[in-house]
Amino acid sequence: MVSKDSKSNFASLRDKILQQNGKQYWRSVEEFVDAPEFEEFVKEEYPAHAEEWDNSLSRRNFVKIMGASLALAGLSGCVVQPAEKIVPYVRQPEGLIPGKPLFYATAMSLGGIATGLLARSNEGRPTKIEGNPDHPGSLGATDTLAQAAILSLYDPDRSQQVTNRGNPSTWQTFMSEIRAVVDENRKDGGAGIRFLTETLSSPTLIAQFKDLLTELPNAKVYQYEPVNKDNAMTGAKMAFGSPAHTVYSFEKAERILTLDADIFSGFNVRYIKDFAKGRFFSEEKKSINRLYAVESSVSLTGAKADHRLGVKPSQMVEITKAIAAALGVSGAVSNYTENADWIRAMAKDLNENKGKSLVVPGDNQPPMVHALAHAMNSALGNVGQTVTYTEPFQPSPELTQVEMLKQLISEIDGEAVKMLVILGGNPVYNTPADLKLNFERLKKVPVRVHLGQLVDETGELCQWHISEKHFLEMWSDARAYDGTVSIVQPLIAPLYGSKSIHEVVQIFFKENYDKSDQDIVKEFWQKQGMDSASKPVAAGSPVPQASPDGTPAAESKPADNAVAETKPVASPSPQTAEAKTVASPSPQAGAASTATTFEDKWRKAVHDGFIANSALPAKSVSVNNAFLTATQPAPVTTGGNLEVTILPDPGVYDGRFSNNGWLQELPNRMTKITWDNVALISPNTAKRLGINQNKDYNDLAGGELGTTFVNTYGSNLSSDLATLTYEGGEIQKPVPLWVSPGQPDDVVTIYMGYGRTRAGKVGTGLGYSAFDVMRSNAMYAGFGTINPTGTQTQIASTQIHFNMEGRDLLQVYEVDEFVEHENVHLSHDEYPKSMYTPFVYDGNKWGMTIDLNSCVGCNSCVLACQSENNIPVVGKEQVERSREMHWMRVDTYYGGGDINNPEGPYSQPVLCQQCEQAPCETVCPVHATVHSAEGLNDMVYNRCVGTRYCSNNCPYKVRRFNFFLYQDWDTPQYKLMRNPEVSIRSRGVMEKCTYCTQRISAARIEAEKDGRKIRDGEILTACQSVCPTDAIIFGDLNDESSKVAKSKKDHRNYVLLNELNTQPRTTYLTGLKNLNKEMPGYKALKIPESKLGKHDSSVKGEKSTEAAH
Amino acid sequence: MAQIFHRGANNVAKASFIVAIVLAGAAFVVYTQVSRSSYLTGQGLEKQQPVQFSHKHHVGDDGIDCRYCHTSVETSASAGIPPTQTCMNCHSQIWADSPYLEPVRASYRDNTPIEWQRVHDLPEFAYFNHSIHIAKGVGCASCHGQIDDMAAVYQQNTLQMEWCLSCHRNPEPNIRPQSEIYNMNWNKDNITPEQTAEIEAKVAKLRSTELLTSCSTCHR
Repeated sequence: MVSKDSKSNFASLRDKILQQNGKQYWRSVEEFVDAPEFEEFVKEEYPAHAEEWDNSLSRRNFVKIMGASLALAGLSGCVVQPAEKIVPYVRQPEGLIPGKPLFYATAMSLGGIATGLLARSNEGRPTKIEGNPDHPGSLGATDTLAQAAILSLYDPDRSQQVTNRGNPSTWQTFMSEIRAVVDENRKDGGAGIRFLTETLSSPTLIAQFKDLLTELPNAKVYQYEPVNKDNAMTGAKMAFGSPAHTVYSFEKAERILTLDADIFSGFNVRYIKDFAKGRFFSEEKKSINRLYAVESSVSLTGAKADHRLGVKPSQMVEITKAIAAALGVSGAVSNYTENADWIRAMAKDLNENKGKSLVVPGDNQPPMVHALAHAMNSALGNVGQTVTYTEPFQPSPELTQVEMLKQLISEIDGEAVKMLVILGGNPVYNTPADLKLNFERLKKVPVRVHLGQLVDETGELCQWHISEKHFLEMWSDARAYDGTVSIVQPLIAPLYGSKSIHEVVQIFFKENYDKSDQDIVKEFWQKQGMDSASKPVAAGSPVPQASPDGTPAAESKPADNAVAETKPVASPSPQTAEAKTVASPSPQAGAASTATTFEDKWRKAVHDGFIANSALPAKSVSVNNAFLTATQPAPVTTGGNLEVTILPDPGVYDGRFSNNGWLQELPNRMTKITWDNVALISPNTAKRLGINQNKDYNDLAGGELGTTFVNTYGSNLSSDLATLTYEGGEIQKPVPLWVSPGQPDDVVTIYMGYGRTRAGKVGTGLGYSAFDVMRSNAMYAGFGTINPTGTQTQIASTQIHFNMEGRDLLQVYEVDEFVEHENVHLSHDEYPKSMYTPFVYDGNKWGMTIDLNSCVGCNSCVLACQSENNIPVVGKEQVERSREMHWMRVDTYYGGGDINNPEGPYSQPVLCQQCEQAPCETVCPVHATVHSAEGLNDMVYNRCVGTRYCSNNCPYKVRRFNFFLYQDWDTPQYKLMRNPEVSIRSRGVMEKCTYCTQRISAARIEAEKDGRKIRDGEILTACQSVCPTDAIIFGDLNDESSKVAKSKKDHRNYVLLNELNTQPRTTYLTGLKNLNKEMPGYKALKIPESKLGKHDSSVKGEKSTEAAH
Repeated sequence: MAQIFHRGANNVAKASFIVAIVLAGAAFVVYTQVSRSSYLTGQGLEKQQPVQFSHKHHVGDDGIDCRYCHTSVETSASAGIPPTQTCMNCHSQIWADSPYLEPVRASYRDNTPIEWQRVHDLPEFAYFNHSIHIAKGVGCASCHGQIDDMAAVYQQNTLQMEWCLSCHRNPEPNIRPQSEIYNMNWNKDNITPEQTAEIEAKVAKLRSTELLTSCSTCHR
């Protein structure tokens, strides 16, 4: 009998569900406080679909036009296809088969560290980036920036020629004019010539500069970029007496402590890969690593940490000293007394795992923290185990980049610079405010040359601008995180008349000045010898560098003298190489022994993407604790009453990717904000300063939870604007403030990379620029103030889009629970009852699992999917209406009842669940979404008429609708970019994930041709192959031995919204926390009795009672 | 008040119903016929090519195998249109001065590709793969017709979805022994017992009709 009072019935049902969950997760501040706005928002469910009638067309006219278009609709079938041409080659390149993609190994560097890539080429057009499974810096994974590189290559805003004062010119004219200037300057050894590059790690380029400086001994090469290793190098010098590069082996570390180091968005996927290996939990491996994070903001690392401590940035040095003292570093004394229990329990745990622990300092931390981290790793016996040291890759590590910039600025101010050659980078935009390379300064330099992909802020102020090659167009080399030399090879001839940095540097030579980068790189390695690649070219200071007082810097110790373990720091272990049959390099062992001539070795290195065994040898160092007593520069404490930290934006980095729509629209990993940068503040601080809150809501809802913070007004997200000062400077544009649970109180986090004035059509004018206020003595942290302006701005955040209203979607339990309850099964039995006849699968039956214990929420899968499946960018205004097109999203859930100190946030990637009983299929009036014979919910774009019934009926909210023509059909560059294996959707069509059905088809066809079954692991979906943590497993459920079938049997396996009986193909493995029971505030994460009880006892008897519910 | 309509109006009304139904039916028939007409499908239409290349001569008279030019038909989705180089393999020696071949020589000389008119043009959302059809035993002639008898190639079939599905629903009649794939004149009547066995083995290995008619088999 149905109760009359259905409302109370519903309420009791909800209580019951909440009870069963045992734990409450929430996604945003609004949801936490149950604000009425939020309820309103959820009621609309799809805010995007709310009426948005901004057309003057009356209803009557609308109906008329609809009627007419309906009558004409049938005629659309009577369209003659336009005539097409077939244009074959004149001479077909060897090895190219039309219709078959080829993969080439190359590498992308960022901040001087290279990640090995395999780029897919369809008929000569690079269309997709994959990780190189054999490359030690990648092991098959990539970060979001590498995925988005394809879009940057085809960016129509790229500069397309050499320009002189904005007028078109030619490379020949440029060469002859510049060479004339250089020749004039040869008399005094090029004393007036300055080169400014970004962080150098290319051995060829370093050698080029070295040779050039023998011709022009008084010229100088400076490096600067805002995200650099200055602190790490200085810290190493403090601890060891000489600079050193640190290489971590997370795989071997069982206890990890990070000191404001975001290892998961540190743009080194190898570290994530290694961490995930240590984190992996299975029936065979029940011990997982434990992560402690001390941090001054909210980062992915803090979110993943088992124990997180949020502190103020100014406290970092003292808290590190306190930890060092607890870990037995002699001489470490701290005046930090808070959180003593936390530090003691954590230190005890680390001490118990000597040689298997690891302390990681963040690059933005002061040198003292780095030096202390070295001392701690040394005291814990980790050196040689989980951490090794090598010579730095960069020349002149004696001088930090900020010091070099300072020197350059003082020389410019002293009018000593006659020619400034800016090779890459955007110093006019991204130099600190007190060392700003602005027009006032630049006009003192008579000749200014800029090499860059865009005519940006810097290019605008230089007489000469040279269009720079994208890395997919050029030859170069670089070093991976462990020093492995990676070869950058082009996939496509330059789209425009672009030149590479090697070619520009070459024209400064007396002889042989007009050389292609291919010849430069190849000849360097021919001369250098491939076997000596493991020697740091940087060592021995190839670029003679004057220290500030004018005396030559001391040469660092050559690597040969170092007592070294000779084995490479990391040996590549290809896991997924087999699957990439087209791409996988030939077996190395055989090739290595037969490769004798240089040509053989070179071809092998280009083919593999790196020179085998070229990792830098370990450098023997010992910590001298004397640095603890040395006087330190006093920390800056003058700027204001709030502490401010400046971080690189996880999307656009330091601003170099500002014009990349994919990265702009990629939701921030924590706040899910797109197209903007905001300033993060804690809920307490927001309350104190009266920011983003509306007092009325306190009375209306959520009062019992204490605080009400509202980032939301209506269906759009809006935030208060404020003027932000930092160390005396003021950010020009008002800064939007965003309440971020977990942020330490009185700490404001701001992001670099926005506020560009000349970034191109996409990036110009978005956000504020942190470089307005950055100071050379306070690069990443300092003091400031915020003053609300009283106005608000719209922020496009996807955080509460596609919301799931607090259902039992996320499960995170302690790892011990799964050791203790061996028989627990979190997945409910699938209800066999259905009105429809069951499908029979005699061939393959595809399925997927996503391990939430591995996932760190890095977002790479979202962009890999976007690139593989030709997913368009919709723009900020459309994202505000919740119309983003990403087929895959990563949901974040905070946990716990304390908004100021929440658990998590936990990440959960959600894509089409490929339901067995799919609600979308049954409602489509035109059969545009149907069940395939392999269990996929096929989406047939050319049948879809856009009723959107399917997306309304989808409980997982994974369907995306083209409200407008989001695809750019006209820009010729984008036509080259798209994956030819996937249809390009037009306006009015629903689209969604189909497990990369084009990859399934390709593998099926190959298997059928060979007369075999598809091998397990032969198909990697785009999200799976990019995943740095191997959290996503895809395969055949009919094959008992497949990885995915085994994964489905894991005790942690569970189904989203099981009560709806949709029987999804995508299931999740419960997230795990490896909590230390001795930590203060330890709160057990137990599996609720409701889930344990019915499974621990005899299963068969329980089944019937469960069905009765 | 006088009647507005006189009596005959009833008949007119009745008749107009019938006429309307007949007209609608006729319109539907016209629509179905027009959409299948060669005007829309391109079936049977010869196209003017930049080079007067005759398959009839090269295949029918000279007996050159399909794969000599369409090299990737067994390995790739695309059968491959030969590069100019392939033409010049022979025509640098024979008919080297023929005026008909001037566009070919010009292409080779100037390194500019020959722009052929596409004859078999599937919509962009249909992903046809030559190699799997060859591997499964579908002969060239099954879709392309008697190429060896076509001076200028035309489209033998409609290439409409109903035509594709007619075979995907029942592929058996179009499966040949592997040795006869490229035979333009193969006839099921003079089949050997071994070939019958081979065909049966091939048919047994075919994927289920459900898979062959799943949307994602051809559309992505």
